[in-house]
Amino acid sequence: MAMILELALQGAQMLLVVAIAPLVLGVTRKVKARLLARIGPPVIQPYRDIWKLMHKEAVFAHNASWLYRGAPYCIFAVTWVAAALIPTYATGLLFSWSADLIAIVALLGTARFALALAGMDVGTAFGGLGASREMMIASLAEPAMLLIVFTVALVAGTTQLSAIASLFATGSQGLRVSLGLAVFALMFVGIAENARIPIDNPATHLELTMVHEAMVLEYSGRHLAMIEFAAALKLVLYFSLIACLFVPFGMAAGQKTAAALALGLAVWLAKIFALAALLPVGETSVAKMRVFRYPVFLGGAFAAGALAVFLLFVSRGY
Amino acid sequence: MHSLTFDVAHLLAGTMLVLSFLLLYQDRVTAVLNVFALQACTLALSVAWQSVAQNAPHLIVTAMVALAVKGFFIPAALHRIVRRLEIHREIEQVLGGGPTMLTGLGLVALSILLVQPVGEGAGIIVREDLAFALAIVLLGMLMMITRRNAVTQIVGFMSLENGLILAATGAKGMPLVVEFSVAFSILIAFIVFGVFVFRIRERFDTVDVSALDSFRGERTEHT
Repeated sequence: MAMILELALQGAQMLLVVAIAPLVLGVTRKVKARLLARIGPPVIQPYRDIWKLMHKEAVFAHNASWLYRGAPYCIFAVTWVAAALIPTYATGLLFSWSADLIAIVALLGTARFALALAGMDVGTAFGGLGASREMMIASLAEPAMLLIVFTVALVAGTTQLSAIASLFATGSQGLRVSLGLAVFALMFVGIAENARIPIDNPATHLELTMVHEAMVLEYSGRHLAMIEFAAALKLVLYFSLIACLFVPFGMAAGQKTAAALALGLAVWLAKIFALAALLPVGETSVAKMRVFRYPVFLGGAFAAGALAVFLLFVSRGY
Repeated sequence: MHSLTFDVAHLLAGTMLVLSFLLLYQDRVTAVLNVFALQACTLALSVAWQSVAQNAPHLIVTAMVALAVKGFFIPAALHRIVRRLEIHREIEQVLGGGPTMLTGLGLVALSILLVQPVGEGAGIIVREDLAFALAIVLLGMLMMITRRNAVTQIVGFMSLENGLILAATGAKGMPLVVEFSVAFSILIAFIVFGVFVFRIRERFDTVDVSALDSFRGERTEHT
């Protein structure tokens, strides 16, 4: 019985992230539109878009291979697994032993690899260009991400997200500059990975500076729906990661009573939507960067991550 | 194992180091001056916290001096200079942003490695303050090397001096006279710098010190 309950809780988390992902995307778009003094589409528009795309015919280029057809499902599945592993409303769920930070970075890397391959598959100039830029961004963002992982792991003594969250929720790690630097670096990496504004503009088609849209330009129908859905899931993943690592308060730990779970759920939703409202505020206050400025932007994240690791070494010796 | 005293000292000294990196990273002159003022204010807070931690009331005076002179007076004067030279809108070409940051990170690692064996017997706050202070001094030197604008070179020098004050207050029992004389000499140095900047400007119509290179004797045969 207890086992079934545990499974149900884990399953609920997996379904929850999928159910909420388009809504979070819709909220960011709505807030951004309001900040630009536009009305904006309703917050449930991404659900409608995905629904519409699912029912449209998928068009293929003549030379598209199996890779082109398979990649969207692979990307969606891998992103979903990564997003579902991150503790949302409770710590210590059934599969939390597998929610390892490095594993999540690796899963995201796999999804990016598949997307870049798919972008190059048809052989159009745009796809190749987008793939090469995506890989450039990834090669800069991933070292920074790993340094963030090291920082958190050194403070907590483990890379398991659930254990980290329950440790940080007690506040026993004290005041730490390193964690402040890590959250700063994680925001930079998250902006770059989710193709948000200083790096890429998620709202454009056919513009010379685009990265993510350039890779998926050939896709249509259900394949495009999968890719869009995966992008929304990735946004939720990063929001959850920030919430779980740096503001892990209110999560249900230990005994999973109904009241604790309800509180955890409400707090998690509040955190996610607060971040979803903050992101467009940041986006509207800066301008899009030139491609050649990316290394400076992500180098800042890398430097912050490296500094965080160094500071930890000073404060605790070797 | 971590007391609040240590955590706050760590936080303030760490913030100073981060601000040193921001100084290296920033390429707008007015933003550099603002970051420098922020670093001086953090220094004042850090020194004030040391006076609480070490039970040494005279450090409060040091904190006040740092806050007044380096937090307000020098940045305000530099802002005035920058406006009068009409370079406040200029974006400076920082020599190789990426390599500079990497060198800076290397310097931080170096100073941590150096201080670790030296401060073995000392308390953890002292050891940490020494490591941070050495890193800030080295980063200030790096900033003086990589910048070509005379004003930002001055800021590099001043942030180096911030590191010195941090080191001096971390160690117990620095007499107040020494602090006053250091603060005074900084002021004198600042006045000399100010005069120099205007002289350079008058002579060469720029504050880019690379313009001086062609007047150095040993290079004449190359140019």
